[in-house]
Amino acid sequence: MKEAREFIMKCVFILTACVSIAAVVLICIFMFANGIPAIAKIGPLNFLLGEKWKPMNNIFGILPMIVGSIYVTAGAIIIGVPIAFFASVYLAKFCNEKLYKILKPAVELMAGIPSIVYGFFGLVVIVPIMQKLMGGSGKSVLTASILLGIMILPTVIGVAESSIRAVPDSYYEGALALGATRERSVFFAVLPGAKSGILAGVILGIGRAIGETMAVIMVAGNQPVIPGNLAMGVRTLTSNIVMEMGYATDLHREALIATAVVLFVLILIINLCCSALQRRSGQ
Amino acid sequence: MEKIKGQLESYKEQPFSLVLRFLMWIATFLTVGITVCIVGYILIRGIPNLSPEMFAWEYNTENVSMMPAIINTVLMVLLVLLIAVPVGIGAAIYLVEYAKRGSKLVKLVRITAETLSGIPSIVYGLFGYLLFATTFRWGYTFLGGALTLAIMILPLILRTTEEALKAVPDSFREGSFGLGAGSLRTIFRIILPSAVPGIVSGVILGIGRVVGETAALMYTAGTIAKVPGLMSSGRTLAVHMYALLSEGLYMKQAYATAVVLLVVVLLINAGSGWIAKKLTKR
Repeated sequence: MKEAREFIMKCVFILTACVSIAAVVLICIFMFANGIPAIAKIGPLNFLLGEKWKPMNNIFGILPMIVGSIYVTAGAIIIGVPIAFFASVYLAKFCNEKLYKILKPAVELMAGIPSIVYGFFGLVVIVPIMQKLMGGSGKSVLTASILLGIMILPTVIGVAESSIRAVPDSYYEGALALGATRERSVFFAVLPGAKSGILAGVILGIGRAIGETMAVIMVAGNQPVIPGNLAMGVRTLTSNIVMEMGYATDLHREALIATAVVLFVLILIINLCCSALQRRSGQ
Repeated sequence: MEKIKGQLESYKEQPFSLVLRFLMWIATFLTVGITVCIVGYILIRGIPNLSPEMFAWEYNTENVSMMPAIINTVLMVLLVLLIAVPVGIGAAIYLVEYAKRGSKLVKLVRITAETLSGIPSIVYGLFGYLLFATTFRWGYTFLGGALTLAIMILPLILRTTEEALKAVPDSFREGSFGLGAGSLRTIFRIILPSAVPGIVSGVILGIGRVVGETAALMYTAGTIAKVPGLMSSGRTLAVHMYALLSEGLYMKQAYATAVVLLVVVLLINAGSGWIAKKLTKR
């Protein structure tokens, strides 16, 4: 009786462990089965490299959205990573315990704010400021980059901080003993040891930025054209899906699912890079 | 002041170090400053917009009440946790207590959980739409939304529980086995209770994600502003806010909703800190 119960529960635990495997398999099957036929129908080249997105005329080219996602993500990295980098070094190595007890919850709070609230903040604060500074509608590549740059801060800071903390103290002490200042010791002895961890954080940030939907949709303007400069509106892969899924039918709907497949594949590649890096930093 | 002056004095010979110091100060100040700005702005501009009719029990276009959305959010959190927490804890128990080191299944579970945690919420939304709304022919349902979100927060629960279980010292297990307890008894009576703080903090993080989620719910649970049954559509607070913003007519109500969302998030953050402190003290 007791043995039977133990055995049954063990099977239950194994089953629950398999749920995440089943979920990934299901997601892959459903995304690819619904997206690939549309890509085949439109033609992979026309779909991926087509510069026009005109669902009314059955023209489905998502190059503007791919380029848009890349622009906005690159902007977010350029703005967010330097701030996150220096802040994480400060949190990990320089701030005293009292200050840390204030700073760390602030960063955690930042990670907890819903993306729709970020989007709202962008809409009512950043967009008007950009309107004054650059003219136009204020909804642009730059605005979206700034907002995303803010949103990836807690992600990058979290990973970078813990990888800096994982470097043995002896590196730091050794450099100090050789007469280097605290800053030099940290930046030139400790940080090289945390390099791949910090990079993994940045890549995680890239994943966040590419996948972000609700905040970007509020501040990016959403025109499906390749933006010529920073002040122009832009549409990302994610906002393309959210905006049109509600009313799309037939091939249009399938093309949107295919857009999600492209996004999914991008994210899978990014995740692979990230976990490879983290494994390397673990060794 | 004297102290700071002394500190600056010591950097005289090391301008480069001083620059690095300043960069770090600026970056940290910016990070915290932005957080304070966002929270402060929304609270200050939003609180005056709160009015009693926004909390009326029934939603109509006149009062634009967020009460149904608030109730939905609570229901959604409960439903998602009901699905995700047992599965997540069970999986973590298998990984830590049963699986052999380096087994293929463990590796596969780790990789897939990692993959799940990286998938953007809009992809979850579309997947939920394709599976529950179209393949199962449910249409937009609360249950479909909850199942989608449960898959989304599963890796979070799994990872935090796993860490918590690993942190339980092996002597607990050995002691329990030594006294003749079976592995089930050991797990439920000895190991799980001492892993509770870690599990709770994971669950709280999960609640935060459910409360803030929009993209994964729009095409699974839908956007109808009513308290639903399991198999009908209903919107949570975050979806409610998106609906208000995309209609563009209800700025006041959007401010008010943002305040409520933000207060919930603040409470969750404060609560998780408080619980962690309280449980580690004991």
